[in-house]
Amino acid sequence: MNVVVCVKQIPDPAAPQALDPDTKTLVREGKLILDDSDSYGVEMGLQLAEQAGGGEVTLVSMAPHGETSGLRTALAMGAARAILVSDEALKGSDALSTAKVLAKAIERANPDLVLAATEATDGYTGTTPVQVAELLGMPSITFAKKVSVADGTVHVERQTEAGYDEVEAPLPAVVTVTAGVVEPRYPSFKGIMAAKSKPIDQLTVADLGLDASQVGFAGARQQVVDVAAAEERKAGEIVPDEGDGAQRIVAFLEQLKLI
Amino acid sequence: MSIDKVWVLAESAGGAPISTTLELLTEARSLGGTVEAVTWGADGAATAPVLGEYGAVTVYDVGDLGNALPGAPVAGAIAELIRSGNRPDVILVPTTYDGRDIAGRLSAKLDLPVITNVVGLTVEGDEVRSQHAIFGGAQVATARFTGDRPWIFVVRAKSFAAEPAGGGAPQVTQIPVPDLGATNTATVLARHVEEREGPKLDEAEVVVSGGRGLGSAEHYALIEELAKLLNGAAGASRAIVDAGWVPYSHQVGQTGKTVKPTVYIACGISGATQHLVGMKGAKNIIAINKDQDAPIFSVADLGIVGDVHKVLPALIEAIKARS
Repeated sequence: MNVVVCVKQIPDPAAPQALDPDTKTLVREGKLILDDSDSYGVEMGLQLAEQAGGGEVTLVSMAPHGETSGLRTALAMGAARAILVSDEALKGSDALSTAKVLAKAIERANPDLVLAATEATDGYTGTTPVQVAELLGMPSITFAKKVSVADGTVHVERQTEAGYDEVEAPLPAVVTVTAGVVEPRYPSFKGIMAAKSKPIDQLTVADLGLDASQVGFAGARQQVVDVAAAEERKAGEIVPDEGDGAQRIVAFLEQLKLI
Repeated sequence: MSIDKVWVLAESAGGAPISTTLELLTEARSLGGTVEAVTWGADGAATAPVLGEYGAVTVYDVGDLGNALPGAPVAGAIAELIRSGNRPDVILVPTTYDGRDIAGRLSAKLDLPVITNVVGLTVEGDEVRSQHAIFGGAQVATARFTGDRPWIFVVRAKSFAAEPAGGGAPQVTQIPVPDLGATNTATVLARHVEEREGPKLDEAEVVVSGGRGLGSAEHYALIEELAKLLNGAAGASRAIVDAGWVPYSHQVGQTGKTVKPTVYIACGISGATQHLVGMKGAKNIIAINKDQDAPIFSVADLGIVGDVHKVLPALIEAIKARS
C-alpha cells in the first residue's frame, strides 16, 4: 500500500513569529521545521504500510526556498521519498491554491491513502485536506483518532461532538489525523543518516502543469487588510502560594457567587 | 454590490440547532439582506421554526443523508443550488467537524476560497470583513475576500451572542444531492456517545483545565473532581491531549474548543499561544503554576505561583468543607 503524507514545514512555533508589514502574511524566511502535527500522520502512514506488508510512504510538501529540513526529519522517521513543490510564485498562496498544488503533486505518487493533519500549527485554516480530496475526487474522513486499513477500505474512528463515529471509505481516500492517533517515533541515528540520501523530487508550479496566475499572491482571492493589538486584559493579582493559595481561590470564587 | 442574501449552514444535533447556528443567524441579520438557512439530516428540517425565530425566511433542506458523512453530500447539494442561479453573497459556516468538511468541499467545488477561524464580522461599504485572533490572541487580524461571491466564512463558536428576532415559520424547500461518485462514499457504521457528566465544555459556566504541570495522567482526576464540585466542565491543554492523558474532546485552544466561561481555572498550564486563544475570552481567569514567568499569568485575574499538587487538593478540601 502506498501512502502519501502531506507535511508542512513551518517557522519554529516556539520562536517569536512576525508578519510581513506589507503583505501581512507570516514571515517564512528563516529555517523551517516539520510541523509537530504532521509527525502523527507520518507515523500512522509508516505503521499502515508496514501492516499492509509492503508499500512506501511518500511525503508531499510545499515550502519556500527549496526547504528540506522538515522533510529530512520525516524521512529519518522512515518515509521513503519526498515530493517538494517550491516556487517563488507560490508565496502568498491561500488554502485553495495550496490544495491545488498539493493535489497535483499527490497525483504523481498514485497513492492508495493520503494522510494529513487536521490543520497546520501556523496557519490553522483546517480546510486544505478536504479541498485536496475534492480536487482528487476522493472521499475524505477528517478528525481520525484511530485508523486501520483492510480489503481496500479505510476504517476510522472519527472524533465527534458527542464521542466518536466509526466511519469507513473505499480507497483511495484522504484521512486527517488528530494529535495522539499514534505515538510518533523518534528518528534513530541510522534513520537520520539514511535520510540524507533519500530522494527529494523538487518541482515548480510549471512542472505540475499549473498556471502561476492561479497560485501565490496572484491567485489569492483573500487578503489581510489590517493587524492591530488586541484589547489587553486588566493586569491581575499574581501571588506566591504561602499555604494560602487555595483560600485565595475560594475567596475569588465566593466573590463571583460560584460557591 | 450590496449584501442581499446571507446563508447560514444550520447544523443541528438531536432535533435542535446547535448554539453556533443561532449565533450565526443572529449575526447574519446584521450583515444586511435576506437570511436563509441550509439544514441536513433526518431531523434537520424539524429545526425550521427555531431558525425562523432567529431570522431565517427560507430553509433549504438537504434531508436525510442515511449513513453518509455530511461533508460531501451537503456541499454537493449547496453547490448544485448555487449553480442553478440561487447565489448568496455570504455563506456562514460553524467551526464544527462537519462544518469544516462542508466548507472545504464547497470551496473546491465552486473554485472559491474560504476564510476560517473567524471571530468577528463587520460590514465596510459593500464588503464584509472578518476578524481573527492571531499570535495567541495578542493581535487581531482583519481579512477580506477580493474575488467572486459567495464569500465563505467559517466562524468559531461564541463569536456572537444569539438573540431571537421573533420571525415566523420559514418556507422549507427540499434540495437534492446530485450524484457525487467516489467523493460521497464515506459511510458511518456506528455512532458512539461518550457519556460525560455535567455541563458541556463550551457551555459550562466554570471550566477547570489541566496541563503538563500535573505531572502524570493520574493527576487529571483532580481536575475532574474540582470541575464536578463547581458544577463545571473539565478541559485540557494540547500538551496532555497529545500525550494521550485525556481525549481530544477535552482540548481547549486553537485546535480545540473555544470557551468563554464565567471562570476558567488553569492548573499546571503554561499558557502557550495555542491555548490562550481558546480561553482568553473567559470573564475571569485563575491560574495555578509553579513558574512565575509562565505566560498564563499575563492573562490571569488571580495567579497562584505554587505547586499544583498542593494547591489543588487543598482547594478541593476547602470547597468540600463548605458544602
